[in-house]
Amino acid sequence: MTHLLETQDVTKYYGNVVALRGVSMHVDPGEVTCILGDNGAGKSSLIKILSGAQQHDGGRVLVEGEEVRFGSPRDARTRGIATVYQDLAMVPLMSIWRNFFLGAEPMKALGPFRWFDAGLARRTVRTELGAMGIDVRDPDQPVGTLSGGERQSVAIARAVHFGARVLILDEPTSALGVKQAGVVLRYILQARDRGVAVIFITHNPHHAYPVGSRFVILNRGECLGTFTKAEIDQQELVRMMAGGRELEELEHELARPSTPEPS
Amino acid sequence: MAETAAPPARSTDERLVERTALTRLLTRPDIGAFLGALAVFFVFAYFARAVNWIGDPEIAAGWTDQAAQYGIVAVPVALLMIGGEFDLSAGVMIGSSGLLLGYLTTHAHMNVWPAILLVLLFGVAVGLVNGLTVIRTRLPSFIVTLATFFILQGVNAAGTLKLTGTTAIENIDSAHGFNSARDVFAADLTHWAFKVKVLWWIGLTLIGAWLLAKTRFGNWVYGAGGDAASARNVGVPVARTKVLLFVMTSSTAALMGIIEALELRSMQSKEGIGLEFIFIICAVVGGCLLTGGYGSVVGTAFGAAMLGMVQLGIIDAQWDSNWTYTFQGAILFVAVILNTLIRARAQKVR
Repeated sequence: MTHLLETQDVTKYYGNVVALRGVSMHVDPGEVTCILGDNGAGKSSLIKILSGAQQHDGGRVLVEGEEVRFGSPRDARTRGIATVYQDLAMVPLMSIWRNFFLGAEPMKALGPFRWFDAGLARRTVRTELGAMGIDVRDPDQPVGTLSGGERQSVAIARAVHFGARVLILDEPTSALGVKQAGVVLRYILQARDRGVAVIFITHNPHHAYPVGSRFVILNRGECLGTFTKAEIDQQELVRMMAGGRELEELEHELARPSTPEPS
Repeated sequence: MAETAAPPARSTDERLVERTALTRLLTRPDIGAFLGALAVFFVFAYFARAVNWIGDPEIAAGWTDQAAQYGIVAVPVALLMIGGEFDLSAGVMIGSSGLLLGYLTTHAHMNVWPAILLVLLFGVAVGLVNGLTVIRTRLPSFIVTLATFFILQGVNAAGTLKLTGTTAIENIDSAHGFNSARDVFAADLTHWAFKVKVLWWIGLTLIGAWLLAKTRFGNWVYGAGGDAASARNVGVPVARTKVLLFVMTSSTAALMGIIEALELRSMQSKEGIGLEFIFIICAVVGGCLLTGGYGSVVGTAFGAAMLGMVQLGIIDAQWDSNWTYTFQGAILFVAVILNTLIRARAQKVR
């Protein structure tokens, strides 16, 4: 069976350090595949390969069953794979509409003159964000005045607008408060319901579990397993992610001093 | 994804606190610079009342001439600053270019027109060197262009001395094509001595403002200066944008060198030195932040007008002209403080 985006036994070295060893995962339209792992598990190496920022050293990356090797983020983007980075999504001093179309400005032409169609840009931002259920107060306001969650949401809407078939989200909720994270999770589901294949990278199983259809757990560069939602419950997910036994040990250690009851 | 739900039909948002027209105006960087220029104008209307500061066209011709000298190069300097970089060699480049034009016409005996073309190409070349060095080495442009500044300063002085035995190249008006070139670049417009330079200034300001606000390139300039990594991530060719900005700055400085050489008919080897900071002051008055990503070309033109008025106004008020520096410093200081306040306010509007 071919998947929209798939990796087979992908390996990545940095010098003599193995960052990824034989990682296989896939995602299909209308699904959210969560990549879970602690710091250093290899999450960011995997995203860099999928988004075209770096290349894999072994294994295969397939788009609709066809083997690909992305030379640059632009390469990945032309294949419909868009990446929203946690802190590198927006230019704070620029207005929402300028940000939305940065790097892909709609043009208007009159004879030899071509210019940036600001009116179209403003209108599109309103409708596109509206369609995602994001309520912009004023497309002219600088992105710096938006909250972290709103910023992520605008970045997601932008990727969807530009025809992303696969949306890679790098820790979109990690810097956010509980409420803001909830807002972003809702937009992830919105994108999924619009038929986008979402890859959601996070170290927080509590954020992953409610939205994910499939969970890939990475630990020290290796894949600990892939589970569908039916195969795993949230507690098991938390336990797997932290490396099971290590967490139990940690709980045990934390429990010893005067606190009688581990939370 | 073709069909999208209609946006909520609602013209105003209840959370959008009505901003007064005044706040809206004041948070625009060009309006602040305009009000500042207006204030300086009336300050000298009072202190220079010995002359007819407001009504005499010759007085206006005087300060607009000075303002144009600052404002022409300040346009690309402002764009460059919005793009997140500096060019400290923009002042000395005026001298280098004028001297090169003088050398080509008086010593290599070229016609002025092809010489002008070569000087502009020289400007492009220096811009490429500046830009590519900044991009390749990832050193701050402040340092790279400071080096270019000092290298050119030495070349200007030593080269002129070797060539003429003096500190200037003279008799540029003896060259072929001088008169037709002077008509285009340095003529007097009317009998009140408004210089054609002023038209170059206004024209370049309008082009610069259009580029910034209405073109794809302008959006890239904002992006490259505001957050280069984010811009690169969404596909903006940040390196190309910045190199182009350096080329625009150096070639506009070359244009200014051509204008001065044709206007004065000679070129001093020290010409242009010190102007690099004046350009930056103009840009800062125009709302440009030292950290990039924000600013206005029209505001920069008002900054140039303000400094032009200070330069001439101090003479007309019969003060010691050394006070000019103090005024320029004070203007820079006030502009920076206002920018910071206004930006903080603009960012708070939610």
